[in-house]
Amino acid sequence: MDFFGSFALLLAFLCAAYAFVGGIAAILTRHPLLVKSARQAGIATCGLIFLATASLVYLFFSDSYWVSYVVAHSNRDLSTFYKVAALWSGQEGSLLFWSFLLAVYVFSVLLVYRNKNGELMPYVGVVLAGVQIFFLTLNNFVASPFKVLAAPGANGALDIFTRADGNGLNPLLQYPEMVIHPPNLYSGYTGFTIPFAFALGALLARYPGEKWIHLTRKWTMIAWCFQTMGILLGAHWAYAVLGWGGYWGWDPVENASLLPWLTGTAFLHSVMMQEKRGMMKVWNVWLVFTTFMLCILGTLLTRSGVVSSVHAFAQSSIGNYFVGFLLLVFAVCLAAYVKNRDYLKSENQLDSMISRESSFLFNNLILLVSCIAVLSGTLFPVFSEWFSGSRISVGAPFFNKVNIPIGLLLLFLTGVGPLLAWRKTSTDSLKRNFGGPLIAGLLAGIVVFALGVREFFSLVCLMLCVFVTTTIGMEFFRGARVIRSRSGASLLASAVELTMRNTRRYGGYIVHMGMVLIFVGLAGAAFNRDVQKDMQPGSTLQIGGYKLLLQGFDTKPEKNYTSERMIVEVWRDNKPLMMLYPERRFFQTNEQSGTMVAIYSTLREDLYVVYAGQNPETQAPVIHAYLNPLVKWIWLGGLVVVLGTLVTLLPNRRAVLVLAVAPERTAAQQPQTLAPSVALREGHD
Amino acid sequence: MRKQAKFGIGIGIIVVSLGFLAWLGYGESKTYYHTIAELQTLHGTARAHRLRVGGTVEPGTIKRLSGRVDFVLAGEGKLLPVSYVGSEPLPDTFVDKSQALVEGSLADNGSFVAEHVQAKCASKYEAAPGGDAKPGAAKASTM
Repeated sequence: MDFFGSFALLLAFLCAAYAFVGGIAAILTRHPLLVKSARQAGIATCGLIFLATASLVYLFFSDSYWVSYVVAHSNRDLSTFYKVAALWSGQEGSLLFWSFLLAVYVFSVLLVYRNKNGELMPYVGVVLAGVQIFFLTLNNFVASPFKVLAAPGANGALDIFTRADGNGLNPLLQYPEMVIHPPNLYSGYTGFTIPFAFALGALLARYPGEKWIHLTRKWTMIAWCFQTMGILLGAHWAYAVLGWGGYWGWDPVENASLLPWLTGTAFLHSVMMQEKRGMMKVWNVWLVFTTFMLCILGTLLTRSGVVSSVHAFAQSSIGNYFVGFLLLVFAVCLAAYVKNRDYLKSENQLDSMISRESSFLFNNLILLVSCIAVLSGTLFPVFSEWFSGSRISVGAPFFNKVNIPIGLLLLFLTGVGPLLAWRKTSTDSLKRNFGGPLIAGLLAGIVVFALGVREFFSLVCLMLCVFVTTTIGMEFFRGARVIRSRSGASLLASAVELTMRNTRRYGGYIVHMGMVLIFVGLAGAAFNRDVQKDMQPGSTLQIGGYKLLLQGFDTKPEKNYTSERMIVEVWRDNKPLMMLYPERRFFQTNEQSGTMVAIYSTLREDLYVVYAGQNPETQAPVIHAYLNPLVKWIWLGGLVVVLGTLVTLLPNRRAVLVLAVAPERTAAQQPQTLAPSVALREGHD
Repeated sequence: MRKQAKFGIGIGIIVVSLGFLAWLGYGESKTYYHTIAELQTLHGTARAHRLRVGGTVEPGTIKRLSGRVDFVLAGEGKLLPVSYVGSEPLPDTFVDKSQALVEGSLADNGSFVAEHVQAKCASKYEAAPGGDAKPGAAKASTM
């Protein structure tokens, strides 16, 4: 099977090379048979990558301990569930997994558009094949997952030998979320390849801008959705497994996943400027180029240890390949831009500071500043070493100082932006649209202040959350009321109908609502508390309104590890509330141990209990308990974001009332176009 | 032109104020990474910086004392005595011969006072989780 897999990979490499070269020939000669053969080579590449991936999975399932990757990441007692996860738990496997996910996207794109967009698709195919060639080069020649264990035999020739058992999977990865987090994040990283290929292809083919943007919108949404889920699942994993009480530590690898999310989010917003007003064409093309390059950079940071080399941990030569590829991509993008830049002339200019356009512009600017801040903070050690000779790293205070105000500004724009009219908004409509929400926000501020919240950023954040929620609520209410007056259905049914009629607009609002919930959760972080105490059976620990009583311990041998649990009774208001079992696991195969945090989670707060080990002096077991307010809102917000994204992907139920073109009349002639009348605005996004 | 100027000013204010915040945060959190060998050649103000040092834990040197844990880090043939004074328990992966990364400052006597310790087993793993935050490194710090 190892032989089969590596052979499939080699063939895939050859097919990709043909798709690339044949595609270029097809573009030059415009010969229909060449076009077809290049496309089919692309499809074959994907099929072969599927086979290679399947054979690696098979090697894991069949406990093939002569393949070094399987030996390093699995063992016989590992559950089936985690044997799947073992696929992407190391360098070689995750690079193959990258190729695999990219192949899923490429396969779908080539198939969906096989008879459409004839002028554009050959270019897109060439770009996609180019990216695939890079990853297949790594899979085949640099980090092959199918290497076997071999040692010189009696006759001097190399003999394959088989180990009795594998080394097992890293305990930190033996957690259900680790099975879904990496695929999500990687689907995000790889997914942005599709809009990138379309953008670069369209630029090379001088293909109309609105068209490629329209074609890629769904793909971008899908990639964005995966990226969002990947980031949140990663945060949740860090929260529930690493046992340090937090979910985000501005670690280089976390930052790497955030970077393309920031530019991708900017891109999703700024394309609307191009669709509606023919503006920001250069900006959009570069945003999508940047997003793709940040995805590659993210993979580089995760895989190579360029930055974690500062932590003196594993380093690998694979980084050089990625840097080379990044430079190549940048050179190609730049060349394509310089050659065809006349093609990206803007059709319109900004009319007013208070308009939808300017809110998008500021949204983009702020997201980009955030991206630059995170990027420079992450790469600071690398750059400072180049420039000054000493490696300097920056920590959480740097990232927080910049990103907290940025987040709040973005939250503010989330409320304001969608309600501003294109071109110019009148003072009248400002008052009508924002009077209510503003008052609601201020009232919320007073209430929260009265409840004792004095933390400036949290206070502002909660006020803004109420402000944005009100604006979104009013949008749904206004639209639903109009539908109800016509159809007589209930307000809720009308709101659903409204959403289905313009999924993009109202799905977008649902996504915004999810972001609001996430911000509510983030605001709680300012009030985290923690207590650490040596415990004996019978002793108690007080944190907030909770009292923890240690009843005892139990030890339970499991198939792959031994678990040692604390039995903790939780009391509240002098009544027993529930039992919690913070746990330590000892994995036999690799003599490592892991922590299982016990969490009692409510909308109000999380009680987070860690069995933190033994006190070195007294040998007494230590409990580290945290009280983290509002954390659950983050995960709920994530669910709402995903739901909203899925809604935006649905087709509209009925034709919208107004074509998707902004009214070209000026404010002076047609003041009523600026009123938030649903009939006129349904066509907007 | 006036419109462009307005936008320019708005953007300028945002960028400058965020830049200022970034500078503040940088000053607050910058940490210099040095190898053990470099540490012994540091002079003057460089010794007062917040420092981060990586090395391998010398077998048999971990001493758990009251209020602190002493151990010796080795790297490039040099040794560095470290006193860990942080409040978090040391990570499970912190054992003899593990790779450790300590963060803190130099004491006058040349030993290192660490507030945070991260450690990684020098075991069979080179494993880094796909797209994951803390590859194999258990965390003793809350960053």
